[in-house]
Amino acid sequence: MKQGYLPFEKPLMELRSKIEELEQFTKEKDIDLSEEIATLEAKAIRLENEIYGNLSTWNKIQIARHASRPTTLHYLKTVFDDFMELHGDRLYGDDPAIIGGIAKLNGLTVTVIGHERGTDTKDKIARNFGLPHPEGYRKALRLMQQADKFGRPIICFIDTQGAHPGIEAEERGQSEAIARNLREMAGFKVPIVCVVTGEGGSGGALGIGVGNRLLMLEHAYYSVISPEGAAAILWRDATKAQEAAEALKITSDDLKALGVIDEIIPEPKGGAHRDPMLQSKYIKQALIDHLDELSPMSQEELVEDRYQKFANIGDFTSLVTV
Amino acid sequence: MLRDLFRKPKKYATIPSEQVKKDIPEGIMQKCPKCGTILITKELEKNLKVCKACGHHLPMSAPERLQSLVDNGEYHEYDQELISKDPLAFPDYVKKVQADMNKTKLNEAVVTAEGKIGGYPAIIGVMDSRFRMGSMGSVVGEKIARAAERAAAKRIPFILFCASGGARMQEGVLSLMQMAKTSAALEKMHREKVLFVSVLTNPTTGGVSASFASLGDINIAEPGALIGFAGRRVIEQTVRQKLPDDFQTAEFLLKHGQLDMVVPRGELRDTLIKILEFHA
Repeated sequence: MKQGYLPFEKPLMELRSKIEELEQFTKEKDIDLSEEIATLEAKAIRLENEIYGNLSTWNKIQIARHASRPTTLHYLKTVFDDFMELHGDRLYGDDPAIIGGIAKLNGLTVTVIGHERGTDTKDKIARNFGLPHPEGYRKALRLMQQADKFGRPIICFIDTQGAHPGIEAEERGQSEAIARNLREMAGFKVPIVCVVTGEGGSGGALGIGVGNRLLMLEHAYYSVISPEGAAAILWRDATKAQEAAEALKITSDDLKALGVIDEIIPEPKGGAHRDPMLQSKYIKQALIDHLDELSPMSQEELVEDRYQKFANIGDFTSLVTV
Repeated sequence: MLRDLFRKPKKYATIPSEQVKKDIPEGIMQKCPKCGTILITKELEKNLKVCKACGHHLPMSAPERLQSLVDNGEYHEYDQELISKDPLAFPDYVKKVQADMNKTKLNEAVVTAEGKIGGYPAIIGVMDSRFRMGSMGSVVGEKIARAAERAAAKRIPFILFCASGGARMQEGVLSLMQMAKTSAALEKMHREKVLFVSVLTNPTTGGVSASFASLGDINIAEPGALIGFAGRRVIEQTVRQKLPDDFQTAEFLLKHGQLDMVVPRGELRDTLIKILEFHA
């Protein structure tokens, strides 16, 4: 119970362990403490609502980065049936930081792609913590082209701090790999639905993020730069990340208000890691709903719909009044 | 004391402070930031802002670039009236944009126009690194997307000179989404089989390098230009080793297959004319 609690959840954790203690006491000593327990339970619920109803941007980032937050692999196994993983970009290698393949969603064959940050330490290192190299983006592109060829909808799960910053990544064209995906995704004639499940780290996230629909889990964030990076640039002080996070407007509510995302998928109280199966259920329903809406569109309409989605994002004004 | 009477007065040499050294007025003379040679501004401009001593390419403003490129210096500018808002109410953003507008006499970090190069009509975009480091916010994204749409509709080539530190932080995720917007517009051009030439000048990094700058049918860079996805410092911190000196230069990218050619500024116009002729 105590494991995985975040600092801001401490009062709740303490209350919960007190309740547990009392329950234990009741069992062992056979004393009726049900009244006290009920009072504390009511207090716990109040406290829970108070804490989770007033999460700061930073609290949400902490949830989005939680060590036991479900990763793409969890969703592949629980949202879909018969996931078959496909490997490699046919050019250089197979990047385990991006996984993809074919699966069934409620009976419909789809292509699914996502960042995979890994679960335990060994897995995380092997997957480079979900920071892709160019071959990851090129594998994603290959799988999307395959989906386009066979008329399958494409679903992308976004969860990365960003594309890997490294010598080899630059040599092999990290920029070109992401850029090409942006252009090619704009032209696919199948529905594309993207879901930001955890961290949406800049270009590395967008590299599989050009969809007809962009959905976001409640506590996920999506930003042009990491709060730490922004703080380092703005105030030459990475410890001011919390302030930077607020200024950058990166929560699901912010992105909805800015007109960037189409829907916020709710999370179980406290975050997806508190009930991963419930989270899968919510995601599955959202995906089915959005694909249903997109399915009557013709190929041309799908391309135009996606074009308009991004054409309309931005905020500027004109000196000339028309 | 008698000794005091005969003491040699101390002689002082005036050593200009670091600040003064950098602040040589932009008047008659200019110092090459690479080799330190003092250059006569008029001659430097005649030489397209390339240092005669070491060949270093100094930054060109958008109007200077356009002047040097189009026939008779004539062009028609598009979307000049678009200006940035402050969608996130980001600290100091309005002030900074205003200061750059005053400094550069431009409304934003890119100028888009139509003109003729060697007789061939083209849509031309030029980013200006003096304006918020050429960073891409909503206006830059919109102007480049509109330029690509015009090129696709008119079926004339689009030549874009990139000079940018990347996406503009102060407009947050809206800046990030301009990468998708501009790339989607280029996809439309691509579908219409209209030529797009990307000219990468110093610097072309981050979100700009990871979107339109890398999507040319032909990608050209100026010598020595810094081009890359991640910042040098970030990479150094990640890999914890010293990076090669030529890392992320135009020459480095050419060697690794990321560019078609590196062309000195003096030959750029002729190269572009040749490319336009091939596609006429």
